[in-house]
Amino acid sequence: MSRGVLGLAGLAAAFLALVTLPLWLTQIYYVNVASQILFYAIFAFGVNLLLGYAGLVSLGHAGLFGIASYATAYLLAAGWGHPLSIIAALIIGLFSTAIFAALSLRTSGIGFIMITLALGEILWGLAYRWISVTNGDNGINVHTRPTPFGFSLTSAEAFYYVTFVVFLICAILVAIFVRSPLGAALRGTRDQPRRMTALGYHVWMIRFWACMFSGLLTCVAGILFVYYNQFISPQTLALTSSAEVVLMVISGGPATLLGPVVGSALVVIVKSVVSGYIARWNFLLGAIFVAIVILMPEGLVPGTVRLWKLGWRRATTRRPSVLKTGGPPA
Amino acid sequence: MSRKITRRKVLAGTAAGAALATLKFPAPAIAQKAPFKLGLLTVKTGPLAEGGIQMEQGVITFLKQKNYMMGGRKVDLVSADTGGNPAGAKTKVQELVERDKVDVILGPLASFELYAISDYIIQHKMPTLSLAAAQDLTQRKPNPYLLRASATSSQAMQPMGHYAATEMKLKRVVTISEDFAFGYEQMGGFQAAFEKDGGCITKKLWPPIVTPDYTPYLAQINDCDGVCQGFAGSNPLRFMKQYHSFGLKLPVCTGETGGDDALLKSFGDEAVGLISACPYTLDLENDSNKRFVDGMMKNYNTVPGFYAAGLYVNCQVVDAGLKALGGDVSNKEKFLETMKGLSIADTPRGPIKFDHLGNVVGNIFIRKLGKEGAKYGLKLWNKTVKTYENVSQFWVWPEKEYLAEPVYTRSYPPVKKC
Repeated sequence: MSRGVLGLAGLAAAFLALVTLPLWLTQIYYVNVASQILFYAIFAFGVNLLLGYAGLVSLGHAGLFGIASYATAYLLAAGWGHPLSIIAALIIGLFSTAIFAALSLRTSGIGFIMITLALGEILWGLAYRWISVTNGDNGINVHTRPTPFGFSLTSAEAFYYVTFVVFLICAILVAIFVRSPLGAALRGTRDQPRRMTALGYHVWMIRFWACMFSGLLTCVAGILFVYYNQFISPQTLALTSSAEVVLMVISGGPATLLGPVVGSALVVIVKSVVSGYIARWNFLLGAIFVAIVILMPEGLVPGTVRLWKLGWRRATTRRPSVLKTGGPPA
Repeated sequence: MSRKITRRKVLAGTAAGAALATLKFPAPAIAQKAPFKLGLLTVKTGPLAEGGIQMEQGVITFLKQKNYMMGGRKVDLVSADTGGNPAGAKTKVQELVERDKVDVILGPLASFELYAISDYIIQHKMPTLSLAAAQDLTQRKPNPYLLRASATSSQAMQPMGHYAATEMKLKRVVTISEDFAFGYEQMGGFQAAFEKDGGCITKKLWPPIVTPDYTPYLAQINDCDGVCQGFAGSNPLRFMKQYHSFGLKLPVCTGETGGDDALLKSFGDEAVGLISACPYTLDLENDSNKRFVDGMMKNYNTVPGFYAAGLYVNCQVVDAGLKALGGDVSNKEKFLETMKGLSIADTPRGPIKFDHLGNVVGNIFIRKLGKEGAKYGLKLWNKTVKTYENVSQFWVWPEKEYLAEPVYTRSYPPVKKC
């Protein structure tokens, strides 16, 4: 059996497990944790597009995430309906992303990190201080969840399925994007920006569209977040939130499709489940990150694949050598 | 993701095993003796952890004194760390309600955490006894499932304003507090009460929560005869130190977080003379407070502050509610109403009762920090100089009049020319 088939079988198994998740995870609490993992994974997809495929580390994405959340909450509080609020929040989010990208793409490398960091902090400060809009650190409550086609999302299971569908769509879109010529060009701008310029590619424009797509995913995750928590306050936009999602991507494996999902699962599970048993869960999370950096610097997903391949090669090469005992070496 | 072996499952398994072993005996005994589940939302990591850990100490001190029994039922404490942020509070409240099936929730600590879970506790009809001071949740947007046995943000600051104007004889005061809702509400309450009694606020300063150096703000303190600070956490320590070394000699007054008894061991001579208003004071001489402080000294070798005392009182309320109902809390509405109707005479802060919005009516102590009378190995001591009795969240104003005003913010009440 080839590795490709194995991989497909694994994906199919994971898909089945996720579809039937509310059936075998009988406790609502764990279904809610699964929803969190999925929308944080969408957020991590967005950050991974820049960090993994474009080589641009952003420390300001929690700001964009927060803009979409705040826009949804604010418009809902102002009496707009759910569909209108969601669409308007996406438009506001994308518009902000465009400004964000136009400012930060003037540089790359350390410069990009610092500018995104500064922009993220500005948005955090706005959320804190623009009290007439954001209600300061008392935050905005979202009292209801939407009911698309009469299907209420109030229950944990219903919300999980909607998050799952959105997650699947996002994952497929990311997979298509990465395999497209634009995705290849984006990786080119990461590895050889000068050569790409010499070949006639518009490096800035390619990065800009990657930023926009990343922003779209971030905003989608932000809207799911605000509907899940039914509350938004400035803490969501803080630097730690941006850093957390960057850590999700780095620990899971940047520039892979599955990496962000694994990273998101790791962080969410330690933060919300393991913290119930271990008081020093921050320390544990730190230790896991250090272990990943030492043992699998490329991230959990590529690292596991590497170990698997190593094991596979050992297993497949040992057998012939046993059969050939006694024969002269070639 | 594999299924985790939770305490509940272990308990269920043991119960099932016990039931099988004693098959001949009638079963209902197990159902009656099911432990009462006490959920605690606290903060054990991050910048708010200091107060959060004290909250847990207050609860455990109470439970140890009662041998983990309340109203004839064994108590199971489930403690959850929110990390001090709203999303964490939401996740953890779900854990307590949906997974651990707690009967009542104590906490959370911060106002924004309470706002984040306010709708949720209404949905799940979960009696919640919080320490968070968010005024509007017992005022303009009342949450019927909330009881607050500590104080709203301005409940202690309003008597402080009165005391500053009438007894400290201050005329012009500059306020300085952290730039967030708790600070706005504290200083708003002080200003309203102080100006009602003829004082005048000349300036309101708002340094960010993390301010390494207060010098630029201290330089703006002028044209006044007193200062009111509303810092929380460890900021009062740094503020008082810098205030002193800046050469300012004006009297300083503050609220429950700014002069907390838990800070006494860390304050130095620079804080001598600090006047604070607090719903709890270490030097209150009654039986309950003696038991409480002795318990804290025995268990943790530390004196309690406002956070530990707040949770200890919350536990007393739950305990009294359970006793009144004979341990049966299956009807949550009834449980809540019973607790709301309680008036408890012997708590570490003196007698308490609740108003119809679920907020406490109780003593507010005005204390002066000095060296006289220090006990428990401390060098400094908060000595009570005046006790305001039966203080409600509305102070001297009628409820209607109070609620007609907007909630205190950064710019309300405004600074008038005077």
